[in-house]
Amino acid sequence: MTDGVPILRIGSTLLVSIQIDLQDDTALRLQEDLAERITSSGARGVIIDISGLEIVDSFIGRMLASVAGISHVLDATTVVVGMRPAVAITMVELGLSLGDVRTALDVERALALLTPVEQSPEDVLLAAAEREER
Amino acid sequence: MTTATAERLPIRTDSDVVKVRQLVRTLAQEARLSLVDQTKLVTAASELARNTLVYGGGGDAEVVLMTEGVRKGVRAVFSDEGPGIPDLDLALTDGWTSGGGLGLGLSGSRRLVQHFAIDTAAGAGTRVEIATWTR
Repeated sequence: MTDGVPILRIGSTLLVSIQIDLQDDTALRLQEDLAERITSSGARGVIIDISGLEIVDSFIGRMLASVAGISHVLDATTVVVGMRPAVAITMVELGLSLGDVRTALDVERALALLTPVEQSPEDVLLAAAEREER
Repeated sequence: MTTATAERLPIRTDSDVVKVRQLVRTLAQEARLSLVDQTKLVTAASELARNTLVYGGGGDAEVVLMTEGVRKGVRAVFSDEGPGIPDLDLALTDGWTSGGGLGLGLSGSRRLVQHFAIDTAAGAGTRVEIATWTR
């Protein structure tokens, strides 16, 4: 059994950076750990950085889609970032679609994408009121 | 005239699948395949090694760096003594799976490599050979 993948928390976002060649049981464990952490921390967003991954095969692809699905029912949004171009080309040819998984080019863009989710209802109403005033 | 050096790895556990991936990656780099071709070959090898483990009940992978004139290539052969595939046409269909997978392993990996050959029968194990050459 290898060590698990560390999960960091930034505000209401969980950040996972996969730096190692994941073996299948490690990927499954990460999926379970993330579900646990979303619930215990009340996170609203999950960012998975896969820039360290040299390949995404059907197993890892399914894991990413599962994490997105699990986080969705736990009221959080998952964004996968940092996919290498060669990985993207290969995944499409393999026939693997990440389904409803949101993607962004890097962590910064993912955080920006998740920001509206983190706004309180008051913020949203305020922003809407401001737009109407203009 | 083709020259080759082969290396054989067992596929018995999840970590063996990772080792097969790494060996294929190393040889693909040595062969100077393009980054996209390397990635495709390693991904196909990963799918097939997992098939060997999950459906074949374990087996082995033989990975070869080949040289033919100025061209270089990498060939990987995955063999198991498992139950074999009774209906190969069906198994090569996108989305069809006998297990809990996505059904992309065989059909998808065939699209990722230049050469793909499969030899199987019910009860007779499975042997899948893939290869990609420099362009």
